[in-house]
Formats: sequence, structure tokens, C-alpha cells
Amino acid sequence: MDLIIQIVVIVVHIAVVLGVVLTHVAYLTYAERKILSDMQDRLGPMEVGPHGLLQPLADGLKLFFKEDIIPAGANKIIFSAAPILVLVPALIGFAVVPFGRDSFFIGSIEFTPYITDINIGLLYVLAFSSIGAYGILLGGWASNSKYALLGGLRSAAQVISYELPLGLALVGPVLLSGSLSMKTMTEAQGGGFWHWYVITQPVAFVIYMICAIAETNRLPFDMPEAESELVAGFFTEYSGMRFSFFFLAEYANMILVSCVAVVAFLGGWQAPLAALDFIPPIFWFLAKVYFLLFFYIWLRATVPRLRFDQLMAFGWKIMLPLALVNVLLTSIVKYFLN
Amino acid sequence: MIGSATSINYIPIFIFIVISLVFGIGTLVISYFVQVRIDDPEKLSTYECGSEPISDARNPFPARYYIIAMLFVIFDVEVAFLYPWAVVFDKIGLFGLIEMIVFIALFLVAYVYAWKKGGLEWD
Repeated sequence: MDLIIQIVVIVVHIAVVLGVVLTHVAYLTYAERKILSDMQDRLGPMEVGPHGLLQPLADGLKLFFKEDIIPAGANKIIFSAAPILVLVPALIGFAVVPFGRDSFFIGSIEFTPYITDINIGLLYVLAFSSIGAYGILLGGWASNSKYALLGGLRSAAQVISYELPLGLALVGPVLLSGSLSMKTMTEAQGGGFWHWYVITQPVAFVIYMICAIAETNRLPFDMPEAESELVAGFFTEYSGMRFSFFFLAEYANMILVSCVAVVAFLGGWQAPLAALDFIPPIFWFLAKVYFLLFFYIWLRATVPRLRFDQLMAFGWKIMLPLALVNVLLTSIVKYFLN
Repeated sequence: MIGSATSINYIPIFIFIVISLVFGIGTLVISYFVQVRIDDPEKLSTYECGSEPISDARNPFPARYYIIAMLFVIFDVEVAFLYPWAVVFDKIGLFGLIEMIVFIALFLVAYVYAWKKGGLEWD
């Protein structure tokens, strides 16, 4: 009986997180279109619902009823499996993100503000997020289309190149907090915004943000799906629900890397000042994540796309050494301060 | 701390993976049964700027991608070694610090070699 209750609690947790994440994904597409249109002095979606608020729903329904085309000559099994291979890692990363501080109780059953707290939380997120690259590469290859193949290759090269500085940048916060658990990491940054690792690790934060944008294939690093050169990159041949899975995964990944950035550098659910502690922690967490997401969209409206050789050179010749130097300096300074 | 080290904390992750898989596959299956399907050879041909696709798309591709992938595997393993070191940094003291400086120096030798050999160039 006890076991059943525990499993039910876990499933409720997962259902809530999944529901919240998918709603955010849907409305992130809406927010992106609206913010972009505002920045470009247009109206954006206005037809479906007041101010186009039901647009994500309409888009979802449309894609759900659209025909899934498998192009002639495509490898059917890999072609069908690739979108799932991209979507699942993007979703399960949220299992270890601590969204708030306090558990809440119904009777004696505890509902924690995270699905689970494991002592390798950060490593888990990084490990699973790299699996998504396989889905992109396989999807591009299985389509039997030249654009898709080029997009898939570019994307895989880009994702693995920026994974190195990304991982190195996160070593900084791990060094300072002495833990990979995202809960412990958040707790270590309590007591005011000057304890956040963005203050002590500014270089790592900048490296992390740039690499995170490259990892999620967002502008200015969206070479894999560069519309003007590659039609739509690795998902050129995808349609209907499979197409929407690639989109879901991209936006879920955006939210996930923002959550990791908030936990590792911006103090997670911690309030910036002790005097502001009366505002619930979850509010602070969401506010920080929304700010980073806005920053993402803002960037898209502002900067042009890089060239592929520039992108690779930037990742390997600037970001990687810079991240290494940051790790070395952090460890030396930390040793002498102790 | 003890709580987060036990393997029982991994069960929710396992359940989450199963639920995500069911969500993904289930959505695709339901969608398969509600959509209109009209097959047409023109529709099934791959996109190539509107003209007939020329030759197979499984072409040879530049070996650059392969070199980048190999470099990634080597360097990523080295980065993975930094995580356990960072976690126990306070306990291993000066010995750990010097060890890691030597390790990163070796890393840099490989890095400089790859750079000089043109492994990081893209032309």
C-alpha cells in the first residue's frame, strides 16, 4: 500500500511537471512570435482568440491532424524514431530541476518542489541533453534528402563542439558549491544576490549562455536549419506530428538550459535580497527563467546568423581555451582563499 | 545528503522516461489514425527546389565532421574527469590542485597539437 502511494505521488509529480513544461512550450512559441512582431513593429498572431492567445492550441491541433509523410527512399524505422529520440531527452531533463524551496503536504503525503534530487543532477541533465544530437543526426540522415543530411551533419558538429565549453563552464559552479545536486547548488547560493555564482563566475556564465544558445540551435547559431540555405535543415522532410516533436524538443530544450542557468548561476529560487523572502521562491525561479527566455528571443530579433566556419572556429579556438582558463583560475583562487 | 545518494531516487527518473516515451509514441499513434492519408508519388519525393531529385542523397560528406567528432570524444572524456574532481576539491587540497594542473597541461598539449595539425580549421 505504501509503495503504491509513493508511485502515485511520483506519477502526479511527473504529470504536473510535464503539463507545466508543455504549456510553457506552447506559449513560448506564442511569446516568441508576439515579441518578435513587437520588435519589428507588426501585430503578430491576432486572429485566434483575443490577441491571438489561442494560436498555440490551433497550431497544435492542425499539426495533430496533418498527414505524416515518409518520403520515398527514407529509412522508415529511423525516420519515425528520430523525433522521439529528440523529444524524450528534452523532457526528462526536468526531473532534477528544483522549482521551489518548500514541500507542501496533503495529509501526511509530501509533495516536493522537484521530481527527484540525485547527487549527480547536473551531470544527468548534461548526459541526457547530448542524446538529442543523435536524434537530429539520424533524422537528417534517414530522410534521404540532401538538405536534411547537410542540416543533420552541421547540427551534430555544432552541438558536440559547444558541449565542451558548456561542460567546462559548469565546472565553475560545481567547484564553488562542491556538489552536482541541483538542490544543494541552489541552497549554496542563499543570502542575497552577491552570493549568486554569476557574480563570482561571470566568465563561466557568459560562456554557458553562448554555448546554451548554440546547443539549442537558436539564432545566431541556427546554421542547422538555416532557412535561406538549407530550407529547414534536418527536418526539411518532416511533417505533421513528427515535425511538431522537433519543435517541441527545441523549445523544451530552451526552457531546460534556462532552468540550468538559473540554478547554476542565478541562485535558483533564491530571492535577490533577504527582505524579499516573503515572495514565494517559485516566483523568483520563474521570473529568472522568463528573463532568460526573453533574452533568447531578443537575441533572435537583433543579431544576424554566423557562417559555419566562423561558428566552429569560435567554439574551438575561443570558447574552449577560455573555459579551461576559467576552471584553472577558479580552482587556484578557491584553494588560496580557503 | 544521504537521501540524495541512494538509488531509490533514480526510480522517478525511470518512471519519467517511460511516461515520456508513452507520451511520444502514443501521440504519434493516435495522430496516425486521425489523419487523412492520400499517397501520391510526387508528394513522397524528397524536396529539391521543386525539380526532380538528382541522384541519391546518401553522398559522401567532408571528413572534417569525422575529425571534429573524434576530437570531441577525446576532450569530452577529459571534461568528464573534471566533475568528480570539482566535487571533492575541498577534501583533496594542494595535491588535487597540482594533479589537475598537470592534467589540464596534458590536455593543452593535445589541444595545441590538434590546432597545429589543422584539425580545428574549416575550409
